[in-house]
Amino acid sequence: MSVLAKKLLGIGIGVAIAAALIALYVAAWATSAPPTISAASGPTAAGVGSAQLTLQTVAAIGPDYSPAHPDWVSYLVREKGRWVHSTIYRVPAHSLVHITVLQYDGDSGLRNPFMAQVQGTTTGMMAVDGKSTDSINPEEASHTFAVPQLGIFVPLPGVPEEAPNQCEFAPCTLAQAHRTISFTIRTGAKGRFRWQCFVPCAAGWIDGNGGPMQTLGYMGGFLEVV
Amino acid sequence: MATAEPSHGAREPDHARRFGAIWIVSSLIATPLVVLLVGPIMPPGGGSEQAQGHVTDNTVLIGMATPVLLLVLTYLIYAIVYFRQPKGAVLEGPAVSGNSRVQTSWIVITSVLVLTLAVYGTVRLTADGAGGGQGPSPAFTPSASGKKLPVQVIAQEWYFTYRYPTYGDIETPHLVLPVNQMIELHVTSLDIIHSFWAYQLGVKADANPNVDNIVFVKPTKVATFEVRCAELCGIWHGYMFDHGRVVRPAVFQAWIAEQRRRFASTHKYLPPFSTKYIPEPTRRGG
Repeated sequence: MSVLAKKLLGIGIGVAIAAALIALYVAAWATSAPPTISAASGPTAAGVGSAQLTLQTVAAIGPDYSPAHPDWVSYLVREKGRWVHSTIYRVPAHSLVHITVLQYDGDSGLRNPFMAQVQGTTTGMMAVDGKSTDSINPEEASHTFAVPQLGIFVPLPGVPEEAPNQCEFAPCTLAQAHRTISFTIRTGAKGRFRWQCFVPCAAGWIDGNGGPMQTLGYMGGFLEVV
Repeated sequence: MATAEPSHGAREPDHARRFGAIWIVSSLIATPLVVLLVGPIMPPGGGSEQAQGHVTDNTVLIGMATPVLLLVLTYLIYAIVYFRQPKGAVLEGPAVSGNSRVQTSWIVITSVLVLTLAVYGTVRLTADGAGGGQGPSPAFTPSASGKKLPVQVIAQEWYFTYRYPTYGDIETPHLVLPVNQMIELHVTSLDIIHSFWAYQLGVKADANPNVDNIVFVKPTKVATFEVRCAELCGIWHGYMFDHGRVVRPAVFQAWIAEQRRRFASTHKYLPPFSTKYIPEPTRRGG
């Protein structure tokens, strides 16, 4: 084989490897999505099924769950006794879904105070640390769990700044400072609905709306009603 | 390769006259048909005076475009039929030289068409702003007398809410408008650039932070309409949509009363009504 042929072969192999790597990267990026986590089945009463979804919000997801973005704010979901980093949740149609959010993050405040009112839950209320309420002070909001297409808006109050034993990285434990927010929604027909946080909670990003607010798997996802 | 000279035995027809006749006749038939049949179904429909204006404008455009389209298509078909290569022969066509009469006609006709449409479009824009945002100081206000109902459109990533300053500054997640009432929409944003687009009402206005973008619309039909963000605004841009309703005045009053009751607990937290808001908080935003 001549020198020129060897050079051409080398260049060809190099280009092919580079193209394959780029294609793999693009394919991996385009198809990457958090796992879909099903809500735990609950009892059926009067012909209406139920399910339980337990979520956790953290100020920083930590290196165990997200080596690329350990300092990003995020949601986690509980599945079979362990916390999973995902924002895609599967719930049954025409059922009552009881949602509990363990809120470990501090307050950021709502950009639009209108979102401080609970909407779309079965009673128009939520329970914060066991106490029933229909709204919170918008300045005290840390995040929201909102499914606009279903008219669901639930503001989540933050952990007070002075609270001891605050959680720095996920997963956080019940022994650490947190708020417990619980509410129930009634699902309708099957469908895929996006949900998102309406608090501009992405630290260090312009207007607080970049990074984790713009990335599936952190502060927004889908509610798959099946 | 053998070539054959074109035959000059038969008298060449007057192609220009024949083509011109075909084009004029087809235009005279097709243009009224297009205007009468396609015009009424042109977007965005007749949901408001402004939308009806858009339908009229689109009908004018398609009416003027029809003869131009026919000119091109007729010439193409005519050329395929009459100037095709005879089977089995390879002919050199005659040398092409400029035709100043055709060139001049083309330039004059297309210039007249374009300038006419430019003047027409400019005049139409002055009709209540034609459903487009005019900034904080609209130059083209509605000519119709009567009180305008101000409604504020507040965009944020990724949702629209609406405030009604005439009714105690109430804010709601739904856009409901009374029929046959001139509405003065004040479009703004709490974060980045969005665009408020009420398709069936023929309204589209940019929603910019710290800017009051005013647009006028007068709904003329009791109906639902689609609201969409028309500015690529992030991951959930595709989900930034909703449906609004145009209702009778009595229904509107009942709806307002219901919204005031429903959102009473959050009303105390709302800032005083303002035509624009400085995006806050930015505690976490850089």
